[in-house]
Amino acid sequence: MHEAPIEIDPDDEIIDTKAPLPLDAWHRARGARMVAFAGHAMPIHYEGILAEHLWTRQSAGLFDVSHMGQALFTGDSADAALEALLPGDIQALAGGRVLYSLLLSEEGGILDDLMITRRADGLYMVVNGATKYEDFGTFREELPDEITINFMEDQALLALQGPRAVDALARLVPGVEALVFLRAAALDWNGTELWISRSGYTGEDGFEISVPEEAVEALADALAAQPEVKPIGLGARDSLRLEAGLPLYGHDLDEESTPVSAGLSFAIGKRRRTEGGFMGAERILAELKDGAPTCRVGLRVEGRQPVREGAALFHASQPAGIVTSGGFAPSLEAPIAMANVGAAFSAPGTALQAEVRGKRVPVTVVSLPFVPHRYHRGAPA
Amino acid sequence: MTRYFTEDHEWIDMDGEVGTVGITDYAQTQLGDIVFVDVPEEGKQLSKGDDAAVVESVKAASDIYAPVSGVVLEGNPDLAEEPALVNSSPEEDGWFFRLTLTDAEELEELMDESAYEAFVAKL
Repeated sequence: MHEAPIEIDPDDEIIDTKAPLPLDAWHRARGARMVAFAGHAMPIHYEGILAEHLWTRQSAGLFDVSHMGQALFTGDSADAALEALLPGDIQALAGGRVLYSLLLSEEGGILDDLMITRRADGLYMVVNGATKYEDFGTFREELPDEITINFMEDQALLALQGPRAVDALARLVPGVEALVFLRAAALDWNGTELWISRSGYTGEDGFEISVPEEAVEALADALAAQPEVKPIGLGARDSLRLEAGLPLYGHDLDEESTPVSAGLSFAIGKRRRTEGGFMGAERILAELKDGAPTCRVGLRVEGRQPVREGAALFHASQPAGIVTSGGFAPSLEAPIAMANVGAAFSAPGTALQAEVRGKRVPVTVVSLPFVPHRYHRGAPA
Repeated sequence: MTRYFTEDHEWIDMDGEVGTVGITDYAQTQLGDIVFVDVPEEGKQLSKGDDAAVVESVKAASDIYAPVSGVVLEGNPDLAEEPALVNSSPEEDGWFFRLTLTDAEELEELMDESAYEAFVAKL
């Protein structure tokens, strides 16, 4: 059922075709304002970011995230081989379990963040759209030839997020309600096999649905026809993930970040902490023990003026760090931001100042998330 | 009262030597939900094309330029509490600032309403 593997030569320059994504016309027909994102035209909003954001928090939002990279890794010991690049315990990943992980550089910097799932047919991975070609080039270069990488370009990806997502999706695909957070399964919808995981990027309960591109329009129509569901653009996706304290690669995370400085130490498996054996392990394990020199933090902003990415932070006259994401939080009706600050300034409650257009705006370091997560973790075992 | 428009989607209403500046309905739909407006202070001297105000949507900050040269009389005090006035009433209650023009001839370089409508129709 999967595509032939495509060879990615990391020495070749990857030419982006900017081909329209499968739902391009679907978005336009619903009045979406389209913008260029990750080399594709994507919907930034339909009725407006504020309304779409709040709708997702109270009901269910349908997101097209087909720009993201999907791949299937197969071959004997693909899990052990991937552990050279990812700090997670991939070998211990059970069938149908989803794990958040990080693609690391030789220096232990973060090249991307991703989700990996063990399926019956291999290890399924979803990576960021803006980095997908480079990521799969890195994997091809670093993994042994026996590991096959199927770049699943014929699969679209939808996300249905919000407290009523389960009601809407279970009406179409009975059985999804049995999944709990970070579990996934293949489920049938009208003869089409969907790969559905209970996960997302909003802090809400919800699902991510991998669907063959020839079926995605019918599925999007069926989902959008449910009374709980409205289509949601990338603008609200960004404000939702910011409130949820979830980092965005290329902004809050980059090659200068490490799992420890980014506050993502949970992605380093327990066994891996003792065994090491992943890219940059020496540095990362030392940072786990002694702390990293910088830290990803949340900021609450005084007043109503948003503090955006790139704003310099000060503690009195001393440089303290830089804002990596910032905007207006519709659920909090206040500006919020994420920042990379020196370890000395990372304690919640620390008062800093952000420089915005030559003026200093008072901000306070807070712990993340800004809005509590509402994942469906199920009853404790 | 005469209204002029710029290619940057600002409007200016003239009443004697005093102009009132805002952004057009087209501009506010392009920007989306407005959450903050930084208006200029009284007494600020602006040359045509200067950054005069900043309008922040959920997603991004955008500069608003002075359509003509002048001295600021006041920023719209209502926008501090209710920035969404720019969305709900862009060409009336959601005005940004008033200024006394220093060179009224600059108005001749601006568009009238029908010229602006034709300009937007081509976008």
